[in-house]
Amino acid sequence: MRMGRIVRGVLLTLVGLFFLFPIFWVLLMSFMTNADILRSPPSIIFHPTLSNYTALISGQLTTNVGTLKTNYMGNLLNSLILSVGSVALSLVLAIPAAYAFARFKFRFGEDMAFTLLSFRFAPPLLVLLPLLLYFQQIGLYNSYIGLIWVYQLITLPLILWIVRGYFEDISVDIEYAYRLDGHSWWKTFIRIAIPLARPGIAAAGLLAFIYAWNNFIFALVLGSSNVQPVTVGALAFVTASGIQYGQIAAALVLSILPTLALALYAQRYLVEGLSLGAVKG
Amino acid sequence: MAYLELEGISKSYGKTKVLDGVSLQIERGEALVVFGPSGCGKTVLLRLISGVLDPDDGDIRIDGQSVVDVGPEHRGVAMAFQNFALYPHLDAFENIASPLRARRFKDEEIKRRVHEIASLLRIDHVLDHTPRELSNGQKQRTSLARSLVHGPAVLMLDDPLRNVDAKLRYEMRLELPRVLKRYESTIIYVTQDYKEAMALGDRVGVLLEGNFHQVDKPTEVYGQPRDVRIANLFGDPPINLFPVRPERSGDGSLRASIGGTSVAMPAGRSDLAGKDCLIGVRPEDVEVHFDAVDQAIRAELDAVTPFNVRTVMLLKTSDETEILSSCPEDNTLETPRGRREVWAKIDMGKALYFDRATGTRL
Repeated sequence: MRMGRIVRGVLLTLVGLFFLFPIFWVLLMSFMTNADILRSPPSIIFHPTLSNYTALISGQLTTNVGTLKTNYMGNLLNSLILSVGSVALSLVLAIPAAYAFARFKFRFGEDMAFTLLSFRFAPPLLVLLPLLLYFQQIGLYNSYIGLIWVYQLITLPLILWIVRGYFEDISVDIEYAYRLDGHSWWKTFIRIAIPLARPGIAAAGLLAFIYAWNNFIFALVLGSSNVQPVTVGALAFVTASGIQYGQIAAALVLSILPTLALALYAQRYLVEGLSLGAVKG
Repeated sequence: MAYLELEGISKSYGKTKVLDGVSLQIERGEALVVFGPSGCGKTVLLRLISGVLDPDDGDIRIDGQSVVDVGPEHRGVAMAFQNFALYPHLDAFENIASPLRARRFKDEEIKRRVHEIASLLRIDHVLDHTPRELSNGQKQRTSLARSLVHGPAVLMLDDPLRNVDAKLRYEMRLELPRVLKRYESTIIYVTQDYKEAMALGDRVGVLLEGNFHQVDKPTEVYGQPRDVRIANLFGDPPINLFPVRPERSGDGSLRASIGGTSVAMPAGRSDLAGKDCLIGVRPEDVEVHFDAVDQAIRAELDAVTPFNVRTVMLLKTSDETEILSSCPEDNTLETPRGRREVWAKIDMGKALYFDRATGTRL
């Protein structure tokens, strides 16, 4: 028994190291100068510097050929606006839709749900060029609203399908019971269905946020520098005088932080089994 | 006029007709038990009355008003669900308080009423527990408390004792009438257990294949079932059914052969002569003797199940006819070892006669 526990511990540590090592290395790199990073063989003994972070925050990228202006903090803000905006819009649209698909049978219901899912099958490049032309004509090119709209292709079907499954798992009797107590349909949805599906909503929201945050191609094509998120903004560190590995690492660390904070916050809602014990099957 | 009236209610799912023109009248304050095997449409019937499902056809009236187009929250109907249907994210107090909150009662009044019903049902010590932390019995009582707390005009109980263990079921069978009496609701109680039906119903409606086959007092359903299926479902141990064809004997009396023995039919049933029929005999109308008795059927004792006050015996005659007998516990019957020769005497006066082809009582 004890032997098994030790072996399991060792194996888990190995797996953890395997996955976390790149992130750990990036974290170290963000405190190194480009010279330290490019030293061969690599070493973890170096003089830590905050220069990468100060360069990012001040927007002054100093290279051996001169000083470049970057707007990484602006990119970070854009990422936040785009991801939060598109996930919020998706939640507002997809939760009632998911409930409808889960609870009611209506004409073409399944077809509609499947069509929404199929948005995830199509390669983005297929729709990007026509979209670019349309967006330029109707003035949505290079706007937050335009990008948030396109991001719905990523976030809406994801949230809809995950949350639908959670609604389907709630015993319909619980909702009937609440109606019979004298509550309206709307109150039943708000006070019973949504709280019971909250783990699913939290999981779907978090996943959608990560997908939106990591999106690259939509923002690259459909926006210019003033709406572009971190994924596109990081391209600025590939300069004429070389690749600024230190700043890229620091930018990465900064870009991980919001997602990490959200994941830690959402964790409490991800706890499964909230509805266990309510209904005996 | 009846308080709750159903008129020609039908409901189908796809091609399956679950309820087929059900009509029923229930008086104010009456307790009607809907009895039937699983899948006979009992639960669907309750859902139609409660309004969470709509009937395909027919009318439902409460106090003379049609409620077919009225939402479930406005019908004044409460229901205790078979699976309890408690709100898992709320504690027992809030579960019970839910109907009062919907009616915007003041906080003190809610507190008073919840504590009153909770102490009546002996769950006042677990009011701060979530459903997950409650035992099955406590869940069942919480669900019952929630349906009673606002004194509903119509209370429906969907097999509430189905998911609790035998001991608790026995307790609740005694306790429920006392609790229900206090609230003076009109009650519809759904069950598959004939003992519950006997204990709780002013009347029992036997629902089979989407319609009521008989609606009557419990003793009538037991003693005078309209057909053989009702007789078979209502009673435990189940009724004995012997296929016979009564014939006139030499002395002019009507006799039927049961288990290889010719038994005299009661006088006045000459209508049965030459007819293929089933004789139904309740096990308690079969006496078991250890010595030959006149008019008794010779059989072997096959199995004995002692209950506390009655012993149920399975007898087998030489032609393999099985006879169930339920006798008051008696020292002479104490754990008979091995097979024993016995004589079964049937009280033919209490026997029921059914048409073998249609199953209706003759």
